[in-house]
Amino acid sequence: MKHFKVLGSGCKNCEITANLIKTAAEQAGVEIELEKITDIAQIMSYGVMSTPGVVVDGQVVHAGGLPGPDLVRQWVSEKS
Amino acid sequence: MFDNLASLIVYQWMGLEADSHAGSALHFFIMDTAKIFVMLVVIIYLMGLLRAILSPEKVREYVRGKPKWLARSSAVTLGAITPFCSCSSVPLFIGFVEAGIPLGVTFSFLIASPMINEVAVVILLGILGWKLTLMYLAAGLTVAYAGGLIMESARPERWVEDYVWKIQMGEASLPKPDNSLTGRHRYAWGEVREIVGRLWKWVIAGIAVGALFHGYVPEGWVTEHLGGHDNWLAVPGAVLLGVPLYSNATGVIPVAEAMLGKGVAIGTTLAFMMSIAALSLPEMIILRKVIRWPALALYAGVLIVAFMLVGWGFNLLS
Repeated sequence: MKHFKVLGSGCKNCEITANLIKTAAEQAGVEIELEKITDIAQIMSYGVMSTPGVVVDGQVVHAGGLPGPDLVRQWVSEKS
Repeated sequence: MFDNLASLIVYQWMGLEADSHAGSALHFFIMDTAKIFVMLVVIIYLMGLLRAILSPEKVREYVRGKPKWLARSSAVTLGAITPFCSCSSVPLFIGFVEAGIPLGVTFSFLIASPMINEVAVVILLGILGWKLTLMYLAAGLTVAYAGGLIMESARPERWVEDYVWKIQMGEASLPKPDNSLTGRHRYAWGEVREIVGRLWKWVIAGIAVGALFHGYVPEGWVTEHLGGHDNWLAVPGAVLLGVPLYSNATGVIPVAEAMLGKGVAIGTTLAFMMSIAALSLPEMIILRKVIRWPALALYAGVLIVAFMLVGWGFNLLS
């Protein structure tokens, strides 16, 4: 199972990003684990300054702004 | 072109008189809305295509370890070409501290970033012409440079919250961007949607205020209260009025356009624009997470004084 982390200290775009991932996973019928990281020290430990950031299985795949829907689908369905 | 479009809609189709209050206000509103949104989409798309939009991570990489004068100059210029979202000012602040970038340089960046950005500059050019754009740019860069220097001399380190010093930042290896033409197009279009989605409310509000000012405020009142070069109080008044008001740099442009059109002095208008774009209560509250009130009070004080000097300076020159 893939493990997703959305990095962001509670801004609106972070919420939207988390929802995008959740919906994409449901649509693809893939089960994922989704975690929201709001602690700033933990966010920074990934080397991300512009939020929302997205981490898939420990790898930063996105930082800053909303990710495109294609991109989200790719994260969800790609074989790890 | 936008002028003709607005005239067609307001005067011909809606049948309003060109010299009526409602007619001129509505004309201003439609013309500026069309013009600014077309420009926004085109500029952001082109910048996205060229990948000219800088991320704070790259700025940090670039500024760290540089000698102080160079660090500050580059922080100011890079701040001007990095789109700013107040929601990332905390991670940005911590990231800069962690990279050993002096606090004064970080403040320079935080001043320059919301006040000047390439989108606002192009729209300024299109709406107010190159002379005003140059003045705004020169004044903004100078305030950011000097403001950071003054902050530094007050040793702001003592006001930084303790936990900030302890944060360790990891090295992220961000995925390489897809540089094919379709990849660039997708990225550019995403930026357009993201940035316009964030800006449009401020821009519409700015145009509406500008339109009301343009249509309903009598010129005589303006020249009497805001226009005279001997009226020293107009500048501090404009700056203080701008502090509680907040919009972004693009949203204030139509307001400035209307003010200048009615004869408000240039310095007063510039001071007002800067005060609205650069000083905002929400950003202060967000920054409070990393620095304590004395530093924030000093930050606000330095900027208020700087904007007044800018206003008086340009009023004297013009």
